[in-house]
Amino acid sequence: MTTMQEVEMISLVIDGFEVSVPKGTLVIRAAEKLGIQIPRFCDHPLLDPVGACRQCLVDIEINGRAFPKPQASCTIPVEPGMIVKTQLTSAVAEKAQRGVMELLLVNHPLDCPVCDKGGECPLQNQAMSNGQGETRFEGVKRTFQKPINISSQVLLDRERCVLCARCTRFSEQIASDPFITLNERGALQQVGIYENQPFESYFSGNAVQICPVGALTGASYRFRARPFDLVSTPSACEHCASGCDMRTDVRRGKTLRRLAGDDASVNEEWNCDKGRWAFKYVTALDRLTTPMVRNSDGVLVEASWPEALAVAAAGLSAHKSAVLVGGRATYEDAYGYSKFARIALGTNDIDFRARLSSDEEREFLAAHVVGSTTTYRDIDLADQVVLVAFEPEEESPIVFLRLNKAFRKRALKVKAIATKLSIGVEKLKGEFVKVAPGAEASALSSQTLTNKSLILVGERAAESAGLLSAVAALAQSSGAKIAWIPRRAGERGALEAGAIGNLLPGGRPVSDAAARVDIAAVWSTQSLPSENGKNSNEIIAAVHSGAIGALVVGGVDPLDNEASAQMLAALDKAFVVSLEIAPSAVTARANVILPVAAVTEKSGSFLNWEGRPRKFDAAVADTHNRSDLRILSMIADEMDRTISLATVTAAAKEIASLGRWDGAKSSLNKVSAATTPSLSPDQAIITSWRRLLDLGTLQAGEENLAATSRRTVAVISPKRADDLGIKDGDRLTISTQQGSVTLPALVEEIHDDAVWAPRNSRGSQLLSQLGVAHGAVVKVAKA
Amino acid sequence: MPDQIEPITPREISVNDVPFAQVEQNGPKGFFDQLKGFWVTFATMFKKVNTVQYPEVKEPTAERFHGRHQLNRHEDGLEKCIGCELCAWACPADAILVEGDNNTEENRMSPGERYGKVYQINYLRCIFCGLCIEACPTRALTMTNEYELADETREKLIFEKSDLLAPLTQGMLMPPHPMYPGMDDSNYYRGEVKGSHPSQDVNK
Ligand code: SF4
Ligand code: SF4
Ligand code: SF4
Ligand code: SF4
Ligand code: FES
Repeated sequence: MTTMQEVEMISLVIDGFEVSVPKGTLVIRAAEKLGIQIPRFCDHPLLDPVGACRQCLVDIEINGRAFPKPQASCTIPVEPGMIVKTQLTSAVAEKAQRGVMELLLVNHPLDCPVCDKGGECPLQNQAMSNGQGETRFEGVKRTFQKPINISSQVLLDRERCVLCARCTRFSEQIASDPFITLNERGALQQVGIYENQPFESYFSGNAVQICPVGALTGASYRFRARPFDLVSTPSACEHCASGCDMRTDVRRGKTLRRLAGDDASVNEEWNCDKGRWAFKYVTALDRLTTPMVRNSDGVLVEASWPEALAVAAAGLSAHKSAVLVGGRATYEDAYGYSKFARIALGTNDIDFRARLSSDEEREFLAAHVVGSTTTYRDIDLADQVVLVAFEPEEESPIVFLRLNKAFRKRALKVKAIATKLSIGVEKLKGEFVKVAPGAEASALSSQTLTNKSLILVGERAAESAGLLSAVAALAQSSGAKIAWIPRRAGERGALEAGAIGNLLPGGRPVSDAAARVDIAAVWSTQSLPSENGKNSNEIIAAVHSGAIGALVVGGVDPLDNEASAQMLAALDKAFVVSLEIAPSAVTARANVILPVAAVTEKSGSFLNWEGRPRKFDAAVADTHNRSDLRILSMIADEMDRTISLATVTAAAKEIASLGRWDGAKSSLNKVSAATTPSLSPDQAIITSWRRLLDLGTLQAGEENLAATSRRTVAVISPKRADDLGIKDGDRLTISTQQGSVTLPALVEEIHDDAVWAPRNSRGSQLLSQLGVAHGAVVKVAKA
Repeated sequence: MPDQIEPITPREISVNDVPFAQVEQNGPKGFFDQLKGFWVTFATMFKKVNTVQYPEVKEPTAERFHGRHQLNRHEDGLEKCIGCELCAWACPADAILVEGDNNTEENRMSPGERYGKVYQINYLRCIFCGLCIEACPTRALTMTNEYELADETREKLIFEKSDLLAPLTQGMLMPPHPMYPGMDDSNYYRGEVKGSHPSQDVNK
């Protein structure tokens, strides 16, 4: 694929106007270019044409020879010398369109008043613009049973369907989840699901969004509002690092729905169901509204803002302090934490990685990720993609859609270095390089790549010692590009903002004196701490040893850590200032709680995995909640070490004025892989990942969505199943010193030494229940 | 920024510059002309009086007078409103607020799938044009002849669904309750439900 290919242009005449468009363009799109709208239902620019609805009929003549009948303009590519007459200039086309519309409406129910699409319905609109006002039909309309749940989240009203096949084409061509099809023929033709297999796709919401009528509706928006009630704000998704462009619709201060926005270079017009439907947490969680301070009896009591800020400032000034900030902070908030740590606390002890992490990862991020410019486009251009500790469908769904598009359009070669074959990789027909957990590094090193290849590394790579070193080495020897794809939306932004011990904002290494001078100048401070800061585990250890006495914690779930018990004990021991939206294990142990705004209530931006800014505005305007940034600024003022970041705009300006580091990057010290342990027959090595839909905090309050999540199972190989005498569906117990989980077993393609279970699903919260999630030896037994 | 406000330039024309035109003022008409005028006044004293001693005495309005709205019920007591918001949409004064919701088996307020959960009319805004009535697809919303809509506070003039719902009459049951056995929503819309059935009385 060359980027600069000459495109052949073709000229044609539509309604008397000449237009020239690239070869292969469909007539309907050429007309759009002239501003001529041909009515349509089935046509969608991102789906293959089918010509199913026949609404777009026009008169076409090529070099003087006219087609005998009107043709579907959404299926015919332009040709030189073509003369097209749409409904605007051809009575025949106009009559044909009217006729099609009349036929469509023959069996269409009079549901507009109770239909969710009413008011934004292409069928309503086009019946008004291109149909006739009166019906001539006097018979009895065909009826079906009113809505049927094709999943707990999606309802299908077959009477309203215009059989455009958009939903089925989306599911097949874009998501590769062909769970719905068109069944039967004639008047009884209908969309249906297979028996015993609901429409449980991670992308089902897109089918709802592109259905041109109200045949597919989402359970959570059903009967909630009309378009004129809603105030729409362009926004960005806070759920993962894919960085979908979104639209948030709010009615009287309450988010009612979110739709995928249109950004051709990122999410195209799609998003995933989590981004679409998981927004109720903002109201469902028991939100914190007033600051709280722990009084002398050790009880948290409500306090005024000045009081709480004073207590926080005094506590932080009195101790040596560190900052733990979760991966959900916005870019600007992370920058606030980063500057707060350096100026107000005078330390580099800050870490945004509230998950399993390693020092190797920190060095890798500084050497290969910060400032990197790998984008979605590189997926489109790659000759081969290697997935390392990364499961795209579950961990970054839009990356999966891009891979899938490249796979379907040009048979992109995908290779997964993994322990378990995943549904996503199966759909991509990827090559599965089966390795034992912990042995990924050596398998990766033996791959041959070219300088057109792309290595997609997930955040789980940090869990396997030596893996990131192997990634760096392979990229170096082959010239392949690296993209690090974390799960959470804020991680890349936090990295660029320097919310990590070895980097200052803009990718400046802490150890580089010139870099420190750069930052000190903009921050108008004399000097900055010059030692690399501690990572999160070291910070916890330092609290226990007494070296650190206070913590500022924002958006961190202590149970996301292998050493969660130690983390909780550290929170008990230290003076903790917690910035949170809702009560959590951290706030329960905090000395000062400062409530902050949720994403919908503030403006800001995320950097997605590409490093591309995803800006958003406050969708719900009238809350009094402040952003983390503002609160940190207030604490710093109270400590007399001002960081002057009162607003998001101020932070954004300052970040822009800092610019990027153009000096040398720090390097990655090679770490060698651990040796794989030998196992006795009742032992296995655990591996896991988080599913897209699981028990994540931001999915709280959306039962219908939770019900579409994948079944919780423990996966073992056929050989182990034989050894243990287990069949599919039998129960399997996985246990460690700390505890055990018992799950239905699924015998599948997985390394013989391994056992897989979801990391944070119902009944299987490995980190809190077992204390391990990857690479550790566990006991397995038939329950 | 006060310094950015432009100073008001003195008007070019002042009142005093407008030319003064003499208007001719006719003096009183002749005596008989005046008497004719007084006769009209005098004769009116013996005509039938049109004013009434409101509020002690009230006259019925014209039959189609646009008064306070009412949300009607089907004959078995279920609400006719389906929460479609078409009335709110039609309203030129933005006086109506509706929020729909799902009918469920346990909580059925109207036939069919949808009912109006929140329904408010703001009589500080309503201009009694009746467009909402024309928009309503189920004849749920009609207007009564009641015109006494004054109150002391603004809040009291926002009428809730409970204020607007028609009272239960003979044969009606208070929703929520199930639909008439054997009937579905289309039977209701065609007016085929003529009253409630004992089995619908689930609230007792
Ligand atoms: S359900 Fe909607 S998208 Fe699917 S075929 Fe019917 S009208 Fe088209
Ligand atoms: S793919 Fe990620 S960014 Fe996009 S909607 Fe889903 S969670 Fe949000
Ligand atoms: S009568 Fe007119 S102004 Fe009053 S609520 Fe109805 S539509 Fe609105
Ligand atoms: S009163 Fe009528 S128009 Fe208004 S919401 Fe109810 S059914 Fe719809
Ligand atoms: S839009 Fe062309 S046939 Fe449907």
